[in-house]
Amino acid sequence: MADKLDQIFVNVLHWLVSFLPEALRPLASALVCIAFILMVFPLIFSLTTIFERKGLGRIQNRYGPNRVGIPFTKIRLAGFGQFLPDGIKMLTKEDVVPRAADKVVHFLAPIVMLIPVLLTYSVLPFGKNMTLADYDAGLLFFLAVGGAVEVSVFMAGWSSRNKYSLLGAMRAIAQMVSYEIPLILSAVTVVMIVGSLNLSQIVAHQNQYTCGIAHWFVFTPWGLVGFLLFFIASLAESNRTPFDLPEAESEIIAGYFTEYSGFKFALFFLGEYLGMFAIIGLGITLFLGGWTSPVSFLTWIPSWIWFLTKMMAIVFVFIWIRGTLPRLRMDQLMNLAWKFMLPLALINILVAGIWHYMAADWQRWLVCSAIIFGAYVILGRGLMANQKLGLRVYKFAE
Amino acid sequence: MTPLQTCLLVSALLFSIGFAGAVTRRHAILVLIGIELMLNAANLNLIAFWRFSAHPEALTGFIFVLFSMAMAGAEAAVGLALIIAIYRHKKTSNLDEVKELKG
Amino acid sequence: MSPFFIITAVVTLLGAVFAMSLRNLVHCALAMAVAFSGVAAMFLQLDAQFAGFAEILVYVGAIAILIVFAILLTRSGETPEKSVLTSGWWAGIAVTAMVFTILGWAILSSSAVPKDLPAAPVATVKNIGDALMTKYVLPLEIIGLVLTAAMIGAVIIALKEDKKDNSGGEQ
Repeated sequence: MADKLDQIFVNVLHWLVSFLPEALRPLASALVCIAFILMVFPLIFSLTTIFERKGLGRIQNRYGPNRVGIPFTKIRLAGFGQFLPDGIKMLTKEDVVPRAADKVVHFLAPIVMLIPVLLTYSVLPFGKNMTLADYDAGLLFFLAVGGAVEVSVFMAGWSSRNKYSLLGAMRAIAQMVSYEIPLILSAVTVVMIVGSLNLSQIVAHQNQYTCGIAHWFVFTPWGLVGFLLFFIASLAESNRTPFDLPEAESEIIAGYFTEYSGFKFALFFLGEYLGMFAIIGLGITLFLGGWTSPVSFLTWIPSWIWFLTKMMAIVFVFIWIRGTLPRLRMDQLMNLAWKFMLPLALINILVAGIWHYMAADWQRWLVCSAIIFGAYVILGRGLMANQKLGLRVYKFAE
Repeated sequence: MTPLQTCLLVSALLFSIGFAGAVTRRHAILVLIGIELMLNAANLNLIAFWRFSAHPEALTGFIFVLFSMAMAGAEAAVGLALIIAIYRHKKTSNLDEVKELKG
Repeated sequence: MSPFFIITAVVTLLGAVFAMSLRNLVHCALAMAVAFSGVAAMFLQLDAQFAGFAEILVYVGAIAILIVFAILLTRSGETPEKSVLTSGWWAGIAVTAMVFTILGWAILSSSAVPKDLPAAPVATVKNIGDALMTKYVLPLEIIGLVLTAAMIGAVIIALKEDKKDNSGGEQ
């Protein structure tokens, strides 16, 4: 029974596809999976926007939206139907394009943002046997197309012919490029231990249980540090607080999507949140065991429910951090990436290697934790000591 | 025309387009873009020969392409740093005007 | 070849032509990014998955962004009014035509080209890793050195010099 519920989507897919002739089956199966992803994740996005507004409101000691039910009916949902009128509002707003804007590039930027983000969903394992495209180099595919989002950020910022847009775009690109390196290096530790770039194999490696606790990588010293580095880097990649200087309203109006309104803004908004879900999904796959359960007596819960639960838990932590922490200034942000997270990620790779080659004893816990803690303290002291409080100088090539 | 010849012709055409741009355009960065296109054409050529070769399990062509991409990245970084440095001295990135050896 | 390959090749070549012929530099850089994605798609069709993904990561994700930054740092974002072609451009076009003719003739008339389609090679990540660590470990180390040298060199070249008579020097 539990196994049937676990594989329900796979079985429904096979049943749907069996109506077609043999030659069309792979294509039809891929199309049905794509349609499913396109239906489920925007729905999760809508619910997340409501949770975010209500959650932020409660953190800031006020109610969030608490009246809207389903429009045109008498169903009352205490604010959870807010995404429906919000969606209708965004679709019906006037699409204003600045007169001096570069029309073709301005039009293409939201599309060029959305396509790589949706492509990244194809390699995530949402449940047991539930990966759309199980590439041999799946992790590399994810990181490669995730990096293609930067081109769209530049297109949006430059084509608007607005100095705030361009400045926001340059800051966003610098931030994304800088934080990609700790992101990739913390993923490299997992690849080193598992020996494969295939995401399903990484999850299968974590699907073992010792004394009832799963072998998630986050339960090891290098895995914990790797997960924290990945978490901070994914906050920066999705331009969320405390790294949202490129798009904060009090800083730069809206950064690179200042001149976008209506449906194009909705596409950017959707693209940003979908990117957030995708990178959280990757973090769950690499460090939190993907679709496996943490304790062995809870394995009867279906795998896709575990994946969704972990994803929503981390989304809640993202919302919590957004409501709690102040924003980092641009130079503080860059210093954190290059002077703290990059050396710590490199030392983490060393520690993961030491962990792999020492015997499975309490000594390896002690040695690895000591090295990481020492590195953290030294790097932290170095970062704090280098604060130059003075007038900033901007450097151009002249 | 065999598939290998199609791939090689596409790569030759891409190389010629990159070459044409690199020798006819005035701006230094466009010359660099042409060079990158030529490198890509060479990579495509290598992958095509690796795919249709008699011993693809040796992975020679494949590894060559990986190193070629790394070298292209390094070369683009240094080339662009040079262009920025020249702009800083001569206030122009027009290759026709950067023709004196006097610094 | 399959029609998909022809379409990808046409997209790549169109991207390359636009990259070399448009007046506005930023449009050229974006067309170049399209050409790179086309080349990555062609790699994927030739069963070189790792090379295709690495191409997107290195070229589209890094080199295209680098070129765009350089365009903005050298204040070349506006469309130029004067001619964009260098003096003597017709000689360049003539040489290009000659180069392509010779390459095309060599490809079409060569007898070293095999006539049949061999089976798809196995280029799993494990095989690539084994090859890199056993047979090609020396080039791997050398390229690590080269990349480090290039990074340090690029930073030093682009660094602003401290001139005594420059009023806009750094503090």
